Amino acid sequence: MARIEIHQTLCKGCALCTTLCPEELIKIGKQINENGYFYAVFTDNGACKGCALCAKICPDVAIEVWK
Amino acid sequence: MSEKRVFSRPQTLKDAPFHFCPGCHHGIAHRMVAEAIDKFNLREKTIGVASVGCSVFLYDYFDVDVIEAPHGRAAAVATGVKRARKDRIVFSYQGDGDLASIGIAETVHTANRGENITIIFINNTVYGMTGGQLAPTTLLGQKTTTSPYGRDFMQDGYPIRMTEILATLEGTAFAARVAFTTPKNINMAKKAIEKAFQFQKEEMGFTFVEVLSACPTNWGLNAIDSMKRVEEEMIPYFPLGIFKERKAADVL
Repeated sequence: MARIEIHQTLCKGCALCTTLCPEELIKIGKQINENGYFYAVFTDNGACKGCALCAKICPDVAIEVWK
Repeated sequence: MSEKRVFSRPQTLKDAPFHFCPGCHHGIAHRMVAEAIDKFNLREKTIGVASVGCSVFLYDYFDVDVIEAPHGRAAAVATGVKRARKDRIVFSYQGDGDLASIGIAETVHTANRGENITIIFINNTVYGMTGGQLAPTTLLGQKTTTSPYGRDFMQDGYPIRMTEILATLEGTAFAARVAFTTPKNINMAKKAIEKAFQFQKEEMGFTFVEVLSACPTNWGLNAIDSMKRVEEEMIPYFPLGIFKERKAADVL
């Protein structure tokens, strides 16, 4: 069982992580953060395998992966 | 079963948000350089040299000493730092407007002298910070603010392939071109940047890693389309791979 943690304030909503997630668990949300960006949100349904692809592509190092 | 953190911000990267535009690959390159420094435990003895361009705020993000170089002269400043402090690991981090245009003489001669430094070269085919002007690496036909009808080789020449140029020089120990477009390329990039620092640690000579990067703002594309452009337009002209890897240090 793995999960990721997206730091809302660091996320700039570029959506690169959404293209790489093999389980499509990351979506750009409808809320904006303090910088005015629509940040990415993670759906924790137990399917995350902790591959860390989202974290490796994140240009803002906003994702932490727990396993 | 307790949870373990398997991926987080490297220690060398300060806890500061990047000023880069959304989808800019500078952040990924920053993280990989910081991870390479962490891997070899070089944080206390690394000196960075920042160039002019988007990479100018290196000192805000890296928990190492950083010197700011005049435009294009990062390789020359890094040479001075390395010669004064041979026990330090010195790297410069430069964009294409800085390294391939105004600083091409410094870069080529630094490589030719085989200075034991590492250069991370970010190639995004455009002058990023100054507003998207034509750079030496701008692709043919690419529209920029100073080539509104697209780059024409009759007027502006052809895009420069820096890694190939530097790979021909005797002083270069390691020259590679990497990109962040696919998971495979990301892993390759990480290995290349780590190898560059490892070579410097082993005093093998000049090491150079070119990173193909996206510039969503100046290309007028979103982050995902910029990634596609790197894959479909840049990689065919700027092929990825290791162009030179020295097996042993030169003994004279």
